[in-house]
Amino acid sequence: MNIPTSQLVLSVAIMAVVTYLTRSLPLTLFRREIKNPYIRAFLEYIPYAVLGAMTLPDIFFSTSSIWSALAGLTVAMILSYREKSLLTVAVAACAVVFVAERFL
Amino acid sequence: MDESSYQNNFKQGLRDGVPIGLGYLSVSFTFGMMAVAAGMPALCAILISMTTLTSAGQFAGLSMIVASAGYLEIALTQLVINIRYSLMSLSLSQKLDRKLKTLPWLGISFGITDEIFAVASTKSGRVGSKYMTGLIAVPYIGWALGTALGALAGSFLPAMVQSALGIAIYGMFIAIIVPAAKKSFPVFLVTAVAVILSCLFRFVPGLNQVSGGFVIIICSVAAAGIGSLCFPKKEELL
Repeated sequence: MNIPTSQLVLSVAIMAVVTYLTRSLPLTLFRREIKNPYIRAFLEYIPYAVLGAMTLPDIFFSTSSIWSALAGLTVAMILSYREKSLLTVAVAACAVVFVAERFL
Repeated sequence: MDESSYQNNFKQGLRDGVPIGLGYLSVSFTFGMMAVAAGMPALCAILISMTTLTSAGQFAGLSMIVASAGYLEIALTQLVINIRYSLMSLSLSQKLDRKLKTLPWLGISFGITDEIFAVASTKSGRVGSKYMTGLIAVPYIGWALGTALGALAGSFLPAMVQSALGIAIYGMFIAIIVPAAKKSFPVFLVTAVAVILSCLFRFVPGLNQVSGGFVIIICSVAAAGIGSLCFPKKEELL
């Protein structure tokens, strides 16, 4: 990673400020609870939409080959369907990729 | 609301924060490890954890910073991912001590995360600033410490292990999405639409010229928009 320190620091600062504003600003702007069912639904669904869009298709390009990534994805899907913890799923996916890349 | 069960004990807050802190230790360990594996200086990863305190937002920010994304893209992505905190912040404001001044609120609002919100909002009666400070303290320390330990461990890992770590972040995302999609059809539908759109933006000529950060924003806003039109939430949300 060849990124100048100034760009790094500014990027981190932007993340911190924007995140803080999402937490602190609403109360300053509106004092009432959001009642609109469409806005409520939108706010509930958005994190999953973001994570979904970030995961696919990018996951296929996150390892040395599409096939090891597919193996990792499959294991992650099965374990998370069984509601294993975040760490368990992430570590298992890595382990499967590691093993798969030795054989492919 | 029951005014008699007012909770404002710092030590009780600390106790309630311990399980959250332990959970955070492992997630932030993964973050620290991945940040270093991606080539980010350990100090920078720790700085992110200490100033941002959010899981999905940090992982997204990490991949964008490493890809040298533009500032506007970073800002918009953080906004989209973390907009849910606005709802929690509004909801929590109804729960906090009515006499709470603006300044303590500005401090407490820094520590609103999914888990801290969940614990604070399920307490019976109102909660005060001392309780909230305790509740936030342990997870905050756990989050920073886990990042530091992960970054340290990541620095010593051999290259072939590091290449397998590339998938860790996506494993975590899947572990967040799948259980939620299993329980809620709207969440399943929204995620599926977002995934299909994001694949279109990757592979369809023309569409694949749009840069990564904006693709995520377009896909997620469209998918959540469709979801909210089909399945609005009338009942209590959080």
